[in-house]
Amino acid sequence: MKSNSNLEKLLETGKFVVTGELGPPKSADGETVRKKAQILKGFIDAVNITDNQTAIVRMSSIAAAVIVQEVGIEPVIQVVTRDRNRIAIQSDILGAAALGLKNVLCLTGDHQKFGNHPQSKNVFDIDGIQLIQMLKNMRDEKKFQCGEEIRNGKKEPIVEPKLFLGAAENPFADPLDFRVVRLAKKVSAGADFIQTQPVFDFERFEKWMDMVREKGLHKMTSILAGVMPVKSVKALQYMKNNVPGMSIPDELINRLEKATDPKEERIKICVETIEKLKKTEGIRGVHIMAIEWEEIVPEIVKRAGLIH
Amino acid sequence: MIVAERKTIEEIKQYILPYKNILLTGCGACVTVCFSGGEKEVGILASQLRLLCKKENREINIIEQTVKRQCEKEFTMELENNLKKVDAVICLACGAGSQFIAKYFPTKPVFPGVNTKFLGGTDEPGLWMENCLLCGDCILDKTGGICPIARCSKSLLNGPCGGSQNGKCEIDKDIDCAWQLIYDRMKLLGREQELETIQPIKDWSKSRDGGPRKIVREDLKL
Repeated sequence: MKSNSNLEKLLETGKFVVTGELGPPKSADGETVRKKAQILKGFIDAVNITDNQTAIVRMSSIAAAVIVQEVGIEPVIQVVTRDRNRIAIQSDILGAAALGLKNVLCLTGDHQKFGNHPQSKNVFDIDGIQLIQMLKNMRDEKKFQCGEEIRNGKKEPIVEPKLFLGAAENPFADPLDFRVVRLAKKVSAGADFIQTQPVFDFERFEKWMDMVREKGLHKMTSILAGVMPVKSVKALQYMKNNVPGMSIPDELINRLEKATDPKEERIKICVETIEKLKKTEGIRGVHIMAIEWEEIVPEIVKRAGLIH
Repeated sequence: MIVAERKTIEEIKQYILPYKNILLTGCGACVTVCFSGGEKEVGILASQLRLLCKKENREINIIEQTVKRQCEKEFTMELENNLKKVDAVICLACGAGSQFIAKYFPTKPVFPGVNTKFLGGTDEPGLWMENCLLCGDCILDKTGGICPIARCSKSLLNGPCGGSQNGKCEIDKDIDCAWQLIYDRMKLLGREQELETIQPIKDWSKSRDGGPRKIVREDLKL
């Protein structure tokens, strides 16, 4: 065991895992985090705590993760390289490990242009792949990026962070051929698990998975496919037209537009996607991204038969 | 070249309000090539300022002088005679040029007439693009001659982020994804496999992060 996290243990046993996502509030209100965590508790195996997603200032991932942990769900902290250099990231990781946090998702992060501080200076001292490598070395080599050992002094013990490392991959971005190369780089950098962007376009996802399986990457890391329950057709249309790196088939939009019970249809689509993913060779679980719609997760999990 | 863009007339007007005698300087190097601070642009700005002051019934005397390169002491010193006659300088050279005036003429106020934007080139008439971020440790050998540090919005070293779509960058549909360009060029060169190697964490101390940089060449010193 690398980290002894519950997520790591479950993947080790071969269980089809379910992870979720929890966006910390745009305030100092810890109660919101607690409430969202309570909704998800018992229905998912671990929950990602986003790190200032879309570059909008929110409560820090590590702080919110501690609250979530107190509620009784295992968190996956997210770390983006947009806002912190190697000094700050390593410092945060030591702190996170000291607070009992074990799972880390390594990301480059959305550009600050999309957020509420577009005039800020970005950092990008390292990229997402280098972040995985740096944290793996902290764990396995027990060394900081500079090469120094992780100990307080020559006579002090080495106390390295024990981490379960994840990365994201977007099967729907371009260039398609290079997406798999990039995944391979993440795996060789040390990604123990991968969470993908939400799957709406199954055809494209299958194309990507074929390439993944061809390289045998599904055997070297645990791939969790992203699933996103959408709150409305409008939201889906917005994503199709405005979010780069998303592939949303028109049939899906048509199906939702024609639905007599739109909410039911939206849940159905999610459950169907999960059913398909369960049967997809090389998929080890799903990552349900129900940002600001956490209350729908229990129903999706139940209907998809994911409660063991 | 260094690409600069002239500041607005309103901004420049604010600088000269307290002064009557102004030296407007241009540079014969990069800013001439990119049409922002050469002899011609000095002339245009001088006329604009004269007209503006006439309209507002303000007295102003503007001397125009463009030197070969404002980033070399011997040429900057050519401004000395005219500088004695004025209260302040508006400099249309790049940020380095302005600072040479400040350095060698410490008692004269100098104001920038341009915003120094980037190191790049003319892609087509009227279009300049950024090419180099002056990171001090060139990696173009690894990326097919296309720089991801300057041209990828996130300066990624290991391939495109998840926002690359149809060859464009996630931050703007008018910006090419540098990594799509790199991948295409490497493929064209039959070298795409080289991109499978993980590029290590960069040493930014060779960039501006190591503090203001200098180069000393003993063989050229007098």
